[in-house]
Parts: sequence; C-alpha cells; structure tokens
Amino acid sequence: MVSQTIPVEVISEKSGGSAEVTLVPIHVMGRRYMVPSDLTIMKAMEYAGYQFTRGCGCRGGICGACGTVYRLPDSHRVEVALACQEIVKPDMFLSQLPFFPQNKAVYCIEELDVDEGTLAALYPEIFKCIGCGTCTRSCPQDIEVMDYMAAAIRGDIARVAELSFDCVMCGLCIARCPAEEAQPLVAILARRIYGSHIAPRAQHLQERVQQIDDGRFEDDLNELMKKDLVELKELYVGREKEPDMPDPNWRPTDSSYL
Amino acid sequence: MPYPQELKDYIKQVESTRPERVERKRRGEEFASLSLDGREERLKSYHPDYKDDALRDIRVGVSKGYGISPEIVDTLEARSRIDPDRIEFDEVDHEADVLVIGGGGAGGAAALMAAKQGAKVIIATKLRLGDANTMMAEGGIQAASKIHSDSPYWHYLDVMGGGHFTNDPDLVKTLVSQAPKVMSWLEGLGAMFSKDPDGSLRTMHGGGTSRKRMHYAGDITGAEIMRTIRDEIRNHPERIEILEFSPAVELILDENGVASGAVLYNLDTREYVIVRAKAVVMATGGSGRLHMRGFMTTNHYGATGDGLVMAYHAGVPLVFLHSVQYHPTGIVFPEQAEGLLITEKFRGAGANVVNVDGEQFVYEREPRDVEAASIIRECSDDMHKGVPTPTGKVGVWLDSPMLEMLHGPGYVRKEFPGKYILFRRYNIDVAKEPMLIYPTLHYQNGGVEFKPDGATVLDGMYAAGEVSGGVHGENRLMGNSLLDVTVFGRLAGESAAEYASKRDLPSGMNLDHLRKYHEELDKTGIETERVAPVILPDYTNPDVKERQVVIAP
Repeated sequence: MVSQTIPVEVISEKSGGSAEVTLVPIHVMGRRYMVPSDLTIMKAMEYAGYQFTRGCGCRGGICGACGTVYRLPDSHRVEVALACQEIVKPDMFLSQLPFFPQNKAVYCIEELDVDEGTLAALYPEIFKCIGCGTCTRSCPQDIEVMDYMAAAIRGDIARVAELSFDCVMCGLCIARCPAEEAQPLVAILARRIYGSHIAPRAQHLQERVQQIDDGRFEDDLNELMKKDLVELKELYVGREKEPDMPDPNWRPTDSSYL
Repeated sequence: MPYPQELKDYIKQVESTRPERVERKRRGEEFASLSLDGREERLKSYHPDYKDDALRDIRVGVSKGYGISPEIVDTLEARSRIDPDRIEFDEVDHEADVLVIGGGGAGGAAALMAAKQGAKVIIATKLRLGDANTMMAEGGIQAASKIHSDSPYWHYLDVMGGGHFTNDPDLVKTLVSQAPKVMSWLEGLGAMFSKDPDGSLRTMHGGGTSRKRMHYAGDITGAEIMRTIRDEIRNHPERIEILEFSPAVELILDENGVASGAVLYNLDTREYVIVRAKAVVMATGGSGRLHMRGFMTTNHYGATGDGLVMAYHAGVPLVFLHSVQYHPTGIVFPEQAEGLLITEKFRGAGANVVNVDGEQFVYEREPRDVEAASIIRECSDDMHKGVPTPTGKVGVWLDSPMLEMLHGPGYVRKEFPGKYILFRRYNIDVAKEPMLIYPTLHYQNGGVEFKPDGATVLDGMYAAGEVSGGVHGENRLMGNSLLDVTVFGRLAGESAAEYASKRDLPSGMNLDHLRKYHEELDKTGIETERVAPVILPDYTNPDVKERQVVIAP
C-alpha cells in the first residue's frame, strides 16, 4: 500500500498532428504508466499496452465486467469504478477485480413459496449484515445497497427489487463486505420474485397468447405473405398510426386484423 | 467533461426553437416523414452501405461472388486460426447433447429450452455468460400484446416495411406470432417490465412502428432480460454446463459431414478444448468490433463475427450481410463515451432531432437506416448544418429536455436512468441539456441462412440471433433484436434438443472442411497471414506492440 504523496508529473506532447495530449501517471497493480489524462481507465490500460481478456465486456457501463478499486495518494479511502466509465485520475493506484467468488442459491422460480421469509430461506446469511454501509460506498452505480439489504432482512421484496434495479452485478460490494454477503444475488432473486409473483400479470398478454394458440391470426398472416410487392407496399403506406401522445383508450378506425 | 462554452452557445439555438416544437407535438403535428421513394433516394445518397467501395465480393466458399462489407470478407478470406493437423480427437474434453456457442440472449434462450427438453447442454462463451449485445440493448422488445389496438398482422407489416420488403416472410411470420409468447415466458421468469398498476405492460413507439408495441424495463431492457436468463441458466447446474472464456474457433464435423461439436480455445491457458455434441446451436452474435468503414460501434467487446466464419468454413451460406445497421444516435461528445448508444426510446417518447440552428430536418422515427442517412446528410458538406465538437467531430442534437416539457418534470431521470447516470458522470444533465449524437455501427442485419426452426443447410447446426440473417431483411427495426434472440433462440434450442435425441454419439470427428477451405484459398491465389475467427479486437497501443517480446513462443 502506498500512502505517501507522489508529485504528479504532467507531460504534454503533440499527438496525431494538432491535438495536445496531457499525460498523467497511473499505477496499474503497482506499475507506473504515463497515459493521456482524458481516457477512461480501460482505454488508459490499453494505451499502456494491455489487451484485455478478462475485466472487459460491454465497454458501455452496463455489463459489470470491469469493476475496479483504487486509492489516491492523499486519501485513506478505497474508491471504486467501472473501468470503462471512469476517467483516470493522476497518481491513482488501481487494480481490476474481474471476478469474485459467490455462491448462488439454486431455485425454481415458479414454485417458490413467496412470503417475507423467502429471501432469507435461500440466503440465510443476510442476517449477518452489520449495517456498516461499505456496500453502498462500494457501488459504482450509486445504489443504496445497504438499504436494500435491510429491506431483504425485513422481507420487503418489492423494495429490494426497486432499490436494486440498476445493479450491474459487478461484485464490488461482495468483495468489500465484512459480513461476506453476496448482495447482487439476493437482489436478482428479489427482482425475479417481484416480476413473477408480486407484480400483477399482464392480462392482455395472456389473452393475446391464447388468441395466437387458437390460430386467430394464421389466415391474416398467410394472406399477407402471399401479397406481391406492390400490394404489400400499399398496405404498408396506408397503415394507421397510433398517435404519439399517450392515450390508453386509442382505438384504430379499422379494427380488422385485431 | 461538461459541455464547453462553445457547445453551450449552440444549445441556445435548440432552446430557442423548443417551445414551438413542443407545441406542435402537443397538437399532434409531426415533421413530414419521407415517402418510400424519398427514403430510397436518401439511402442511396447518404447511407454508408451505398458508397461505391462499401461492398467487396467474397472469392471463396459457398457464397462466392456475394458482395459484403470488406472487413467481413477479410475474415472469410483468412486462414483458420487452427491447423487441422495439430488437433487430436483421441481425447474429448467435454461431451453434451447440445453445444450452444455463445452466451448472449439467443444462446441463453436456446440453452434453457434445450435443457427443458431433457438435453444435457454445454454453453460455451467467449467472455462471461451474458457478455453480449443483448445486455446492451436499451430501448425495448416489440410484441403485439395490446388486443384492442394491435396484432401480429400490423407487426408483420411494420417489420417488412422497415426491412424494405426484403425480409424472409416465413421468418417474419414466426417472429411476430411468437412475440407475445416470448413476452409471457419472460414475465414468468420474473423479468421486471415496466407496467401499470393493474399489470398492463407499458408500451411506446419505435422507429417505423404503426402501433405502440415496444415493451421496456426502464432504459435497460436488454440487461434486465439478459440477467434474468443468466440467473435462470444457473438454476440448472445438473443440465447446463457453462464454459466461460472459451470461444469456439471451429466446428467439428463427423464422417457424414454432420455438425458434431466444436474446438474451443481457453483464453486463460491458451490451449484448445474439444467438445463433442450431437447438435450445435450457433449463437455468436454480431460483428461491430470489426469496425466496418472505420465507424465506432455500440457493440460489446467480443462482437467479432466469429460464427459467420465458423459456419462459412463448414459450408453455410451468408445472406443480407450487404447491409449493416448504423444506429442513428451514438454519442459523439464527450469523447470518453464516443460511439455509445443513446436508446431510440428517446425518439420513441417524442424527442426531436435538430441541427446546429435548432431546426428539425427529419421525422424522428424514420426506420433506422433512413434516420441515420438523414443525420449524415445534415452533417455533410452538402448541408453544413452539423454541430462541430471540440474534438473535431460533428453531430446533431437529440433534444431530451423537451421530454420534460411533454411528459412532466422528472420524466427523463425516471424513464432513462441508465443514460441519466452515464451523462451525470460527465456533469451533463440530459434533462436540461440535449445530447450530441452521430450514427454509430450497431447491428449486423444479415448472417447465416436459416429456417424458422433454426435449421441450416449444415445438418446438426442450428442458428439464432444476430449471427443469422433474413428476419430483418436489409434493416432491422428497434425492439426486434431482443425479440429475435429470444424467439429464435428458444426455437433453435428446442430443435437442437430434438435432433440430438434422435442421434447416436458422433463418430469419425474431423476437420476436413478446413483442409478443403484452405485448399480453395490456395487455389484462388489468396495469400494472407490473416487468421480467423478474430475472437477479440486489438486496441493495444501500437507503439507498445512494436516493442513486445514473446516470452514462450
């Protein structure tokens, strides 16, 4: 661990003709590299010479492959980031955490008995949570992880689902939890229970599936498939468009083919 | 990077025209959409697919003479990544009824359905399970679920028109008929779609839709579907084995030329791994990381078109690869986020696309290719109406703040949490300031030829998802890719399981098709050091590469 302050060197160089690039030092697993100051951590590591096999996925901040921890010289705090999203900071000491072990409970979602004890039955360790808040501070998505864990202990599945919705399952909270929880696994269980057992099912969807099973649209579709290009284009151009502004009671004037 | 002053000055133009544009929208007055002839003219003049050098003929293989993106042709005219003479089949590392190649939405759905049929499944994926374009799809999934205003009939017409009437009608019929079933399946798995209090699914428009049938889960619909499918796969450890960081590099055939497994590559130890299987589902996804025509891409890191190469080596024809989808709205500033997708859902909700003077120049919900071509035109030397960025690029505005006026304060943050958080990292509040966008490489419209049940000309190999071609014709509509992967993933998984149940364990495993392919390359006089499939793009600093030393050759 490095706690002393290291003077930040800033070097400017010409690159690709006109643009001036400011280089700053970063330390990847302890080794120092000079990288352009406006790159993300991921692009800076590639600039330094890395080719990723692990620790890189969507490169757009949603897949959770590139969880990263770092420290800055003038602070005792452990900071977290998604490497594809965060811009480098001069003199950061960083390491990616591309994988962290976690034991997923195996369940049959349709057959779960859902009550306030369901989450605890599958993940009894949630009661070990000491409410320290390290998980919340370790979340690059700014999710109130500790709050949803508290909701999980209370058995408030809907609240867990709501609070955890933006979770990318990067695992940084798991890595840092002193109570050895696997919060994202509790969260996805809660979301799946919410989606399948708690939120009311879409009745119109069931009716539509039934209509399709009854073959209601077979003839209409077969007729369309036989149309030549001219007829098809005519039908396409003549489609009645549902208006933009929300109106749940909108009905097309032509109700055939429904 | 907040917007610098020069961009803030341009934003004032957008703000000056906004109240009037909002009023027009409220009155139901839309910017005129192009006629079918107008669309064609626009595409011919400005879409990248129509440039003179956009396509190159493939010189070898079953689709010889077919002109497609040169970057893909390069991978097809490369040598195999493996030398068939160095692969031993004496020891098989893994055995399965169904091998699913690819761990995205299509592969995941296929694995689940194959397992449900009783098959023992291996899912082999390049990166982690779920590292796929499915995870990144934001806007939604189409399905004609509204019984009083929509039906598969209207969905069919929209799909065909979006694809310029080139789509395979059988595939489209399957897509639109299966759509509500797939929604019901996902709902049962617990995917949290946005709903009204009574459980009705919320829907909105997408480009080229006549009815509101885009279902969504916030603005992370794909992630919600993918993480749900991934979690479900992990609920079946007795039936589904997951091999991560194990990209397939070639198909293995048996003595009768039937697909019988694959050679995988362990990305950690760099050794090859042999999987023997009675049926194979090819679900490797797209190819944006080949950076066609030098465009930035919205695709995930592993999208290098490997399945096209593997299937083509084994004699499966390629279709509709002459058209590539450029998503109209990729981020062009700030630079760190360049190329990233801005969901079409913004335009679905009514956000205008405007030029440097704050003027509308295109209806915001044209099909994607027409919308993209119109933006390219506006920024071209013909029009000079683009907004110049400090990084030397050019773009146009997507007016997100007008949604707050149309739908009420807080709407942008509530409906687009993903994009709101992303831009907040750069100190840009997209509820108050518009986004600067330009088309970005997004989707592989074409791929391997296949039938609605997933079957291909290669016995034992089924295909599903972005690696396949024909569903979307020459242009896919928003919300039909999440639908495509789930519909055809499920069907391919079922078909593969059934095929496997009727077949004995393959014998006489071989790679003779690669030898033949190499011979044809030689005969055609193609000399190259290139190898394929590509597996991963290389973004390593070239100066560093120059100095790299191989420790253990």
